[in-house]
Amino acid sequence: MTIPNIVGAGLIVIGAALGIGRIGGSAMDAIARQPEASGKIQTAMLIAAALIEGIGFAALFAA
Amino acid sequence: MMIVTKFLRFSAIFTLALVPFFGFSNVEEHAHAEAAEPKDKKTEIKEFIDHHLQDNHDFHITSWKGTHYGMPLPVILIDNGLHVFMSSKFHHGETVAESKGNFYKLYHGKIYKTDAEGTINYDDNHKVLNEKPLDFSITKNVAMIIVTSILLIVLFSSMARSYAKNGGLPKGAGRFFEPIILYIRDDIAIPNIGKNYKKYMSYLLTIFFFVWFLNLFGLTPLGTNVTGNIAVTGCLALLTYLITTFTGNKNYWKHIFWMPGVPWPMKIILAPIELLGTIIKPFSLMIRLYANIVAGHVVLMSIIGLMFIFKNWIGSPLSFALAFALSLLELLVAALQAYIFTMLSALYFGAANEEHHHEEAHH
Repeated sequence: MTIPNIVGAGLIVIGAALGIGRIGGSAMDAIARQPEASGKIQTAMLIAAALIEGIGFAALFAA
Repeated sequence: MMIVTKFLRFSAIFTLALVPFFGFSNVEEHAHAEAAEPKDKKTEIKEFIDHHLQDNHDFHITSWKGTHYGMPLPVILIDNGLHVFMSSKFHHGETVAESKGNFYKLYHGKIYKTDAEGTINYDDNHKVLNEKPLDFSITKNVAMIIVTSILLIVLFSSMARSYAKNGGLPKGAGRFFEPIILYIRDDIAIPNIGKNYKKYMSYLLTIFFFVWFLNLFGLTPLGTNVTGNIAVTGCLALLTYLITTFTGNKNYWKHIFWMPGVPWPMKIILAPIELLGTIIKPFSLMIRLYANIVAGHVVLMSIIGLMFIFKNWIGSPLSFALAFALSLLELLVAALQAYIFTMLSALYFGAANEEHHHEEAHH
């Protein structure tokens, strides 16, 4: 657990959290605009979040 | 009421079927060879976590006051001949097992061939030099996969038979699983795959329930961690890859190698990238499931370990509450990861089956 490893892990978390946060934000905007499409929007949001988390974990694994 | 009696009957038969394999190994706990002195709490917790993330050759429920409670599993080795014995011969790594003249010792979860005293030869970097026989044993992961497969087969075939008996209406456990199965068909398979979704349905359903049940088993005190094993998730991702490769139609390969609608220099650049993409997508499936489950287990066990580091009245209950909340989150993650795996597999199958769209704007 060297210092560069820990700093790298922190950067990865920042990147993943920013990405997923933005997706969540725009998903909420979209649901506010059109509440009846909330099911589809939720599904799409989960897929995008899972993909970003996938890269995040893969990188975290290497760090 | 029927479901309760049926479930009780099923679980009773299931437990009875396992009784022949039960051998409580009551062994006096010898001092471990590695550390005779008391380790500090942090390394102890770290070793505990490592032990639970790895695959073991026996079910180790607990050690209470020097006796191990658990169930040994068969060890099957191929080393110039087939050696089969129960892992209780290893006595949790204390003794050397002897089989047909060869001696084997369990060291840090792996079986090494050694001599009668059980010497392990190290080289300069503390790596073990003994040779390893081919290990085909029924380890904890293998046993859990077998148990889950049998559970799936029994559960869903009995559900199918109950449908036939009740004229299309679900009874019992079917009432819980039918909305899930319909969700997989209507919201995962059909939107992503299109009209020939039926040939992929059995794989998608199997993968969903298999991953979900294995994730759930990983949260029980049995201490199994099947989906947290990269070999298992690798094989599941490999299956998805094989199915997309072998059921891809001409359009799919055309989109990879010679993507229509882009100028030809771009096509040459895109082809290797797309080819790499076909490998990276299942690879990410493997990593995603593995990392999610392992990370969840590591954090959960660390927080539980934190309970033992804080030995006061404030820290330990707080850690317990945090561990409890995290366990609820892990339940969600178990189902979510199964859903994501199935969803993405359906997405890749859909891409493999796409028909040619005619673009409107042709120059």
